[in-house]
Amino acid sequence: MTTALKGEQVARTITKALPDSVAAADSMSVVVASQSLYQVAEFLKNTPELDFDYLANLTAVDYMGYFEVVYHLVSLEHNHSLVLKTRCHGRDKPTVPSLVKIWRSADLQEREVYDLMGIVFDGHPNLKRLLLWEGFVGHPLRRDYL
Amino acid sequence: MAIRTEPFVLNMGPQHPSTHGVFRMRVTLDGEVVVDVEPVVGYLHRGIEKLGETRTYTQIIPLTDRLDYVASMTNNFAYVLAVEKLAGIEIPERAEYIRIIMAETMRISSHLMAIGFFLNDLGAMMTPVLYMWREREKLLDLYEMVCGQRLTYNYMRIGGVSQDVPEEFMPALKKWVAEMPRFIDEYDQLLSQNEVLLARTKGVCILPRDTAINIAASGPVLRASGVKWDLRKADPYSIYDRFDFDIPVGTVGDNYDRYWVRMQEARQSVRILEQAIAQLPEGEVRANVPHLLRPPVGEAYGHIEAPKGELGFYLVSDRSIAPYRFHIRPPTLINLTALKDMVVGWKVADLIITFGSIDVCLGEIDR
Amino acid sequence: MTLLEQFQLWLGGVWPDWAAYIVPGIVGILIVLAFVVISVIIFIWYERRLLGRFQVRLGPNRLGPEGIFQPIATAVKILLKEDIVPAKGDKIVHWLAPVIVFVPVLLIFAVVPFREGAILTDLNVGIVYVVAISSISTVGIYMAGWASNNKYALIAALRTVAQMVSYELPVVLAILGVVLMTGSLSMTQIVAAQDVPFAVLQPLGFVIFFLGTVAEMNRSPFDLLEADSEIVAGYHIEYSGMKFAMFFLGEYGHALAYSCIITTLFLSGWQGPLLPPIIWFLIKVIAVFSVIVWMRATLPRLRVDQLMSFAWKGLLPMAIINLFIIAAEVLWLPEIAPWIIVAINFVFAIVLVLLWSRLFTLGGGRVEV
Repeated sequence: MTTALKGEQVARTITKALPDSVAAADSMSVVVASQSLYQVAEFLKNTPELDFDYLANLTAVDYMGYFEVVYHLVSLEHNHSLVLKTRCHGRDKPTVPSLVKIWRSADLQEREVYDLMGIVFDGHPNLKRLLLWEGFVGHPLRRDYL
Repeated sequence: MAIRTEPFVLNMGPQHPSTHGVFRMRVTLDGEVVVDVEPVVGYLHRGIEKLGETRTYTQIIPLTDRLDYVASMTNNFAYVLAVEKLAGIEIPERAEYIRIIMAETMRISSHLMAIGFFLNDLGAMMTPVLYMWREREKLLDLYEMVCGQRLTYNYMRIGGVSQDVPEEFMPALKKWVAEMPRFIDEYDQLLSQNEVLLARTKGVCILPRDTAINIAASGPVLRASGVKWDLRKADPYSIYDRFDFDIPVGTVGDNYDRYWVRMQEARQSVRILEQAIAQLPEGEVRANVPHLLRPPVGEAYGHIEAPKGELGFYLVSDRSIAPYRFHIRPPTLINLTALKDMVVGWKVADLIITFGSIDVCLGEIDR
Repeated sequence: MTLLEQFQLWLGGVWPDWAAYIVPGIVGILIVLAFVVISVIIFIWYERRLLGRFQVRLGPNRLGPEGIFQPIATAVKILLKEDIVPAKGDKIVHWLAPVIVFVPVLLIFAVVPFREGAILTDLNVGIVYVVAISSISTVGIYMAGWASNNKYALIAALRTVAQMVSYELPVVLAILGVVLMTGSLSMTQIVAAQDVPFAVLQPLGFVIFFLGTVAEMNRSPFDLLEADSEIVAGYHIEYSGMKFAMFFLGEYGHALAYSCIITTLFLSGWQGPLLPPIIWFLIKVIAVFSVIVWMRATLPRLRVDQLMSFAWKGLLPMAIINLFIIAAEVLWLPEIAPWIIVAINFVFAIVLVLLWSRLFTLGGGRVEV
């Protein structure tokens, strides 16, 4: 059975290695500030006890005050999983660091989030629209589109 | 003295006999050798995620049918599992067994179609397809008995399945399950040692193990590369922990392994089916769930081992009758990330069959 | 003395010379054309029904009893279609290509012996004529690919040239084996020399010739010129209407022509015990065609580099060795009983095939980019 790691526990481990990176943590997930997202992701991948080598899902949710990008991470070796979240504010061009260099599965999923939600991923090699055609104006999955 | 050549761009457009749907690839070729592949998707985008935000939880079930339309009931299954996880609903035993029976028969159906069309891309002129279609037709007749539909079933409900199976279903299913091992052996005998198949697929377009894990491949694509990760064993959902089955794992990660893993998985599914039919209890098939379900505030990620990979649904609820956010994790879109890695250096013909071996379904990629 | 020459002599006594020269020619041509067209139509029907049986389904069975009128319906459909010429394609070449593909097929039938004396012209270089004429279709296919202004067609055209040129060599060397044993290039002589069919006397030559001609015909498993799943109909992707019908008929005409050639060269033509010779000829042609359809229904397609290595590294060395063996036998054992030759050749065939299947693999195609 894949154990879903408790957010508070992992938050403590992360804070020991990278202080001031965790914004909040509850029993389900860890929320990380977007500036330190890349270092936290690297830490989660490279630490042997955590060893999150599989990014199962990358998605974004539009709570009207902020956007929340959600990452579901799994470790195939230890068979545990974690939900990592980060937030970005602003409706114009909210930015989040791209995790393509750590997990390549983020490649197409970040393009889809950019396409449908309008979140810009900093450092993505090919940030073009995926599902809609180039030249489409607007980001349909936002709550205030239509 | 080398001949000066110039690469040219070939557009394998949305309409092509072998792209398994409306999928476009911009291929840069140097003669016959593939230098670059750029997939372009979105021709079947219907905005299912946005539609989900304005429909009740039960109204979304027919929308999920249209994702992987080859194995529709598994999409239903994954979705209702996610909703039950979100709302904390328990379902009756008989419903669990019926769901497993449907899921495993769908797995066999989807794999037969995948193998058949893989061989069609190789050039075997529909003969393997039609052999596998014989069994799939009997299966579609079984589904018609249960829910009246042959393609988009809309059979699972939150809290169970929509109605009980009729009396003629179980004898017909038992007959089909009893015949299947012989047919799978027949396909195996016709195909697995075929010289041309071996020459075309062995050692061709290898997906290395580390790349497969890094791109979060799932399903037969991941297992063919040597990673023993199957959600039915690693994170058992529903009642899969009561059944006894193996997980076939490939060695190299070439096209032949992807074909072989699917063939073996079909055999294992027959094993699960035999056990499920034997253990099927009596009882209700649907829990008492309110008509307009309002799950508590929170989120849930429910995932299953669909025939094509890990199909996941991420639901965020804000205590209203429709989900606040409805996201689908498509297995085949993520498996496609590795297409360029696998194909560069091989020929056009290999590109087509590698794409066939990933077994995409455009409904799922584009949503 | 063929039947037509007898007819000409008789006519020369009745009519003026020029009429006696032209009329038998025209009569012969019309008979052969009628045979070809009717046979092609029957072959189209036969192939579709037979493919259906292989694929666990009925073939077309709606039009007429057992679907007999299906090819006619297909022909009518194709003729009624609009003839589309690509705007930027080379118009003259586009128009000329189907002609150049189809006409050589008809020309081959000039030297096919249907029975004793029933041959349009008994050229004393019959088999060389066949080889030469059948190579012209290659140019036609290349022209079709080039004039379509379409990258898929271009890929197909380049593959064509590679495939046809590679497979000419083993085919010609297998034919040379037959010619050595016969002692003459004329088709009637070749049939007459086969008391024991050459398929039995030269099994290796037969297999090489058969596979080589299946490749020349662009039939599965060598049909990557029109690979439906890869390059979407290949060289005839931009053709519709009557021009496409010419390609379509040309393909079946090729199949018919090569079946007739195989029957003549290796299966002792029209010879057979009880039935009239023409019936034996037809039975053998249909049998060869059935095997070709069987190969199409069963085998997947080879990739282009595997195809080329099969021709150059597989068939060509075996064809050369076969030629040496036959030449040695003709030189040193000319008057020996046929069954000894059969035994020797079978042993050589089995040894060579086993050796080649061990030494030579069809894989390995990755190129560093």
